[in-house]
Amino acid sequence: MISYDTLTLIWFLLLGILICGYAILDGFDLGVGILHLFVARDDTQRRLVMNSIGPLWDGNEVWLVTFGGALFAAFPVAYATVFSSFYEAFHLLLLCLIGRAVSLEFRSKVYSPRWRKLWDFSFFLSSLTAALLLGVAAGNILRGMQLGPNHHYEGSLLSQLHWYPLLVGGLTVTLFALHGAIYLYLKTEADLQSQVRRLIMPLFYCFAGLYVIVTALTWQQAPHALDSLQQFPWLWVVPVLNVLAVMNIPRAMHLGRPGYAFFTSTMVIVAFACLFSVAIFPNLMRSTIDPAYSITLETARSSKLCLEIMLAFAVIGMPCVISYTVVVYWIFHGKVKLDASSY
Amino acid sequence: MDVELLSRLQFAGTIMFHYLFPPLSIGLGLQLFLCELAYNRTKEPAWEAAARFWTRVFAVNFGMGVATGIVMEFEFGTNWAAYSRFVGDVFGSALAAEGIFAFFLESGFLAVLVFGWDRVSPKMHLFSTAMVFLGSVFSAVWIVVANSWQQTPAGYHIVWHDVQGQREPRAEVTDFWQMVFNPSSVDRLTHTLLGALVLGAFFVASVSAYYLYSNRHHDVARRCLRISLPSSLLLTLLAALSGHDSAQKLVHTQPAKLAAMEAHFHSDDGPTGLYLFGWPDSENQTVHGGVQVPRLLSAMVYGDLHTPVPGLDQIPPENRPPVWLPFQTFHLMVGIGTALIGIAAIGCWYWWRGTLAQKRWLLWLLMLSPVLAMTANQAGWITAEVGRQPWIVHPSVQDGVAMMGLRTSEGLSESVTAQQVLSSIIMFGVIYSLLFAVWIYVLNAKIKHGPESVEELREHKRQHHESLLEKISHSSKSHGGSLLEDEK
Ligand code: HDD
Ligand code: HEM
Ligand code: HEM
Repeated sequence: MISYDTLTLIWFLLLGILICGYAILDGFDLGVGILHLFVARDDTQRRLVMNSIGPLWDGNEVWLVTFGGALFAAFPVAYATVFSSFYEAFHLLLLCLIGRAVSLEFRSKVYSPRWRKLWDFSFFLSSLTAALLLGVAAGNILRGMQLGPNHHYEGSLLSQLHWYPLLVGGLTVTLFALHGAIYLYLKTEADLQSQVRRLIMPLFYCFAGLYVIVTALTWQQAPHALDSLQQFPWLWVVPVLNVLAVMNIPRAMHLGRPGYAFFTSTMVIVAFACLFSVAIFPNLMRSTIDPAYSITLETARSSKLCLEIMLAFAVIGMPCVISYTVVVYWIFHGKVKLDASSY
Repeated sequence: MDVELLSRLQFAGTIMFHYLFPPLSIGLGLQLFLCELAYNRTKEPAWEAAARFWTRVFAVNFGMGVATGIVMEFEFGTNWAAYSRFVGDVFGSALAAEGIFAFFLESGFLAVLVFGWDRVSPKMHLFSTAMVFLGSVFSAVWIVVANSWQQTPAGYHIVWHDVQGQREPRAEVTDFWQMVFNPSSVDRLTHTLLGALVLGAFFVASVSAYYLYSNRHHDVARRCLRISLPSSLLLTLLAALSGHDSAQKLVHTQPAKLAAMEAHFHSDDGPTGLYLFGWPDSENQTVHGGVQVPRLLSAMVYGDLHTPVPGLDQIPPENRPPVWLPFQTFHLMVGIGTALIGIAAIGCWYWWRGTLAQKRWLLWLLMLSPVLAMTANQAGWITAEVGRQPWIVHPSVQDGVAMMGLRTSEGLSESVTAQQVLSSIIMFGVIYSLLFAVWIYVLNAKIKHGPESVEELREHKRQHHESLLEKISHSSKSHGGSLLEDEK
């Protein structure tokens, strides 16, 4: 039998995988949303851009939904505190997710330029804000939050809008935009494709610049992030691989291997997720008021039986999920084309 | 206003708005599957036109269900943090199972259902439709299991945790299957699913009746009526039966709820009557202007004419639910259920006689029926949820040991202020009103436009065939290649 502590670790890992899956998959469609105003010149191009993610975005978002459910079940205390602390931010995030869903759904249903402009803009704005908010939340968790006794949050929205989390938010936006641009490059052809191509290098420079700045500032703002690295020096491979992966993106594009570039930007996201998990471990939410108030894996976890049941779910469910995700991506592989069932 | 009232308002508003969409997704899913099955069997183009049409309606509705569903999942944490800590161990696993087993299935195959008409074979498409329907049923299973556990908890114990010197109770699972098959889950799940299927059947019947009424798309409308009319009659009868079953169990599991639904204030020794309608007044413990059938409640609940049904006076005052609302919504649901059985029966009769299209009044009734079915679904949930108050998790007895419950007032987020909740309510109010208007507008446009004619369908297929040919000649030239091929 697996011990309680191992189970806890496994669930910490599985949550990491879920959020990583979310960032990779929804990352590119958030990125497409951020970019679409700038790459598409006319209505047909815009529809091509939207339909490049049309059949996929809903399934991508389910990774976030399942992450939420799994956090609720595996670490209820953390779920309760994180979600109630980010009250405004998460309501705004919900607003953005709703905005994205309905913009895609309704945009092409009516033939009026005004109507379409409206939804185009709301699609852009909600994608941008969603990416920003996800980054800001991650930045706050990384830096630690004003957690008082008994898991009660004592900060406010204002304290969450500190410049460091905002920078992390900016980094997330550029990363998703870059990831989305490479995806779009793969899915489009002709003029549209060259318009996308022109954006990739500028996006890369923005991202790389912010990457250097944020890394340097993390040293100062969240020094505890290094504790785990010091404890387990072999973990240094992760940041090293991350740097290599980042540098590989322009190289792969230059070599004319966009599929490889997409793989690389996926790896960058994976590396970020690993670094984030390593940085917060063994806390789920660190208190800046008194370390004793922090929510650790141990204080937040569910009972052993609950974690076991959930592990059984994951073992049965995840292979199914992965197999039909692959089937669906396979059915919709190749360049986007518009047909009667397109948006 | 206080946080409790505001949070309850917000939860009630957002869940009721969400619940506009799931029952239609589930119910329409079944009808869509039946249309496609008929198409696969007969290969008639009119069936294909019907299936393609319902797919488009389905997609619009499904999108709304997804957008509003995520709100619900977040809300447990944002507004009900203390509740989440209390129930997470038990309730969270059902919610996670919903994600893993249901949502991935639905959303994956939805892509094929909506965008795959010209990409996969009719058989594969039929299979995808079945999977989407199955996924939506699974999601109903898990979420209703979670909800039923709150109503009639089982398979758990209470563990006291030490949190920085304070003791905090949490419900922890001891027997997963007992938790899943708690005393009310099977009954409530059956009834909820039937309610959704009823709505789907009446929705299809309604749109078809509209086409008959306005003399368009006869081909498709007649075929769809052939499926939806008999199924609406059958399903509504089953819903009434299963509802009756639920009510009978309530007397053992949640007697306070049953008493509130029937405005039964005072127990006595003789048999209990049933109010057909009335105006309950909790303050004075009476029902104004009520009309009562003697002995009927005893007959309904126990199947005999003598046994008294316990009244609200047997419940301590601080544990009594509100009466007026559950009473009215319950009677509304049952009234609508009865009316729908009538409409479906008359509809089937004239259909069988072949004179349905001439009965304008009946077509009107059919056109209005989905609004009634939707109202019954909403009313049912209000009955179930308001009747559960003041508990958010009902107290229970496990193996002879009394387990504490959790009051709704104890479930709130400690760090959230009334100001914050008020602003999120305003946000949802504005956004949801807009969404609702757009949804009605788009749905209306889709229905007005109607299914493609057989000629349009043929033309569309020809075009698609051409673009396929073009694509094949093109793909050798295009650079970059496709996503999956490149990664290999
Ligand atoms: C009887 C059925 C039923 C009930 C009671 C609920 N739902 Fe629901 N829900 C569905 C049936 C459904 C569905 C039919 O499966 C939906 C509608 C459209 C869809 O995509 O799935 C859905 C969508 C949906 C989604 C989006 C899934 C996605 O992204 O694909 C979430 C997160 C939730 N729901 C969560 C909830 C929560 C937390 C509820 C309770 C408070 C709830 N639902 C009540
Ligand atoms: C989809 C159909 C549903 C509808 C229409 C519905 C309706 C309502 C309403 C009207 C309330 C407010 C009651 C009051 O405050 O007096 C409420 C409360 C609540 N419901 Fe439901 N409900 C539904 C499903 C669910 C499900 C599936 C769950 C859980 C899995 C759930 C959990 C809750 C909780 C936790 C509350 C707490 C807030 C409160 O008690 O006020 N509900 N619901
Ligand atoms: C006609 C006779 C009907 C009876 C006697 C009946 C009875 C009931 C009862 C007793 C409940 C409360 C169950 C509980 O809280 O444990 C309930 C809930 C509900 N009803 Fe009905 N019902 C009827 C018809 C309908 C119809 C026609 C629909 C929808 C089209 C419907 C939809 C619902 C829903 C969605 C709920 C909430 C879920 C639940 O608690 O099971 N009902 N019904």
